[in-house]
Amino acid sequence: MSLIEITEVKKRFGDNEVLKGINIDVEPGEVIAIIGRSGSGKSTLLRCINGLENIDEGSISVAGAQLLPDELHLKALRLKVGMIFQSFNLFPHLTAGRNVMLSQMVVKKTPRAEAEEMAKKMLERVGLSHKFDAYPDQLSGGQQQRVAIARALAMQPIALLCDEITSALDPELVNEVLAVVKELAAEGMTLMMVTHEMRFAREVCSRVVFMHQGRVHEIGPPEEVFSNPRTAELQQFLGVTH
Amino acid sequence: MNDFTTWDILRNLLLAARWTVLLSVVSFIGGGLVGALLLFLRIGKSRLGQIFVRFYVEIFQGTPLLMQLFLAFFGLGLFGIDVPAWLAAAVALILWSAAFLTEIWRGCVEAVARGQWEASSSLGMGYLQQMRYVILPQALRVAVPPTVGFSVQVVKGTALTSIIGFVELSKAGTMVTNATFEPFTVYGFVALIYFCLCWPLSKSSQILERKLNVAHRNH
Ligand SMILES: Nc1ncnc2c1ncn2[C@@H]1O[C@H](COP(=O)(O)OP(=O)(O)O)[C@@H](O)[C@H]1O
Ligand SMILES: [Mg+2]
Repeated sequence: MSLIEITEVKKRFGDNEVLKGINIDVEPGEVIAIIGRSGSGKSTLLRCINGLENIDEGSISVAGAQLLPDELHLKALRLKVGMIFQSFNLFPHLTAGRNVMLSQMVVKKTPRAEAEEMAKKMLERVGLSHKFDAYPDQLSGGQQQRVAIARALAMQPIALLCDEITSALDPELVNEVLAVVKELAAEGMTLMMVTHEMRFAREVCSRVVFMHQGRVHEIGPPEEVFSNPRTAELQQFLGVTH
Repeated sequence: MNDFTTWDILRNLLLAARWTVLLSVVSFIGGGLVGALLLFLRIGKSRLGQIFVRFYVEIFQGTPLLMQLFLAFFGLGLFGIDVPAWLAAAVALILWSAAFLTEIWRGCVEAVARGQWEASSSLGMGYLQQMRYVILPQALRVAVPPTVGFSVQVVKGTALTSIIGFVELSKAGTMVTNATFEPFTVYGFVALIYFCLCWPLSKSSQILERKLNVAHRNH
């Protein structure tokens, strides 16, 4: 059984059909890169998997449990799947440490001391143990994104969804974030990441999904997809980004 | 001439100003409490609650405060309830303040970035948890300057209650004028006292706004 099963998923915004029947099965420990033009539905797909958008047709299941749009099922889903955003979305009124502690204490009812222990451990994991008491606006973009990763990891998810998590960063800060992601991948975390970092996708990912106009246009191991694109759309897309 | 000294005039006005202050405080705090309640209905999930509050706000923002005072004073009288002026004044001002404060605060809640909702959702928080730990703490900081600023409107609003016979600063001004025939002196003092009440409020609202703009942080 696959860890994440996406079957015939359709999503419309009004008349605009953004996902037109997506099928992807993700095995445990896989790292999937999702590439494609802006507007092709990459973010929407990730948001559907995390329940931030309701799907109109099809089904999504995570670790065998069907995604249902009521609060109880959503909460159960979100305990299993974490999400990292392009814009970090740290809580600006809380320190880095408190950012990582909050959801543990509020959602999982973890006692404070234990949550703090976990927060220290997770911040250490992303190389920021010395920033426990710093507020988000005292951190660089790269550091903020690493705190966001630590915050998601503290909930001990079985998979992470990353939506262009380096796109808002200055070029010199991209690598520190990618290094963290690479390490997670090496530790066996299941990852689905929308990215424009083709080199990273080639090095780290087990499969690459090329989305085009709301469909999975091509899917396969990176060597194949990058070296041997079959469709004109992918050839053009890779030509443009290279 | 008359035997009122300037000090007599001022003393009478200051005594009456106590009632202006008391009515302002009661209206502001009462309006804040009712306003908070309305806010939760307005941003809550119940459709009916939202509609009710929108309706409420439209009515109180769309009619003059003076009419609201008249309705509270004479309207309740129609039902055989004998409403003292102070009670009608307080009730009308509380309901009126609540409408404005709810709108101010709703704006502050909506000013919190969408990403904050999404991040806290993706971490598994429910609606009430998001509100309590993520959204309201941020909205509260934005809300302080306009809320303090609105208190000035409340102070000035109390002047209208003189018309239904509540003896506060303005009413006292009229009464003292009738006794002294020195309207310019008397109303000059009245205006000065209002200014002394309002200016520190609007000034601190400005300072708070600047401070919160400079330091986004919560330390
Ligand atoms: N909340 C929304 N309401 C309406 N249309 C949306 C919404 N979110 C995304 N879309 C539309 O869906 C399409 C795909 O968007 P998105 O998934 O963000 O693409 P990508 O991430 O690949 O750039 C776009 O045409 C966008 O305008
Ligand atoms: Mg996107």
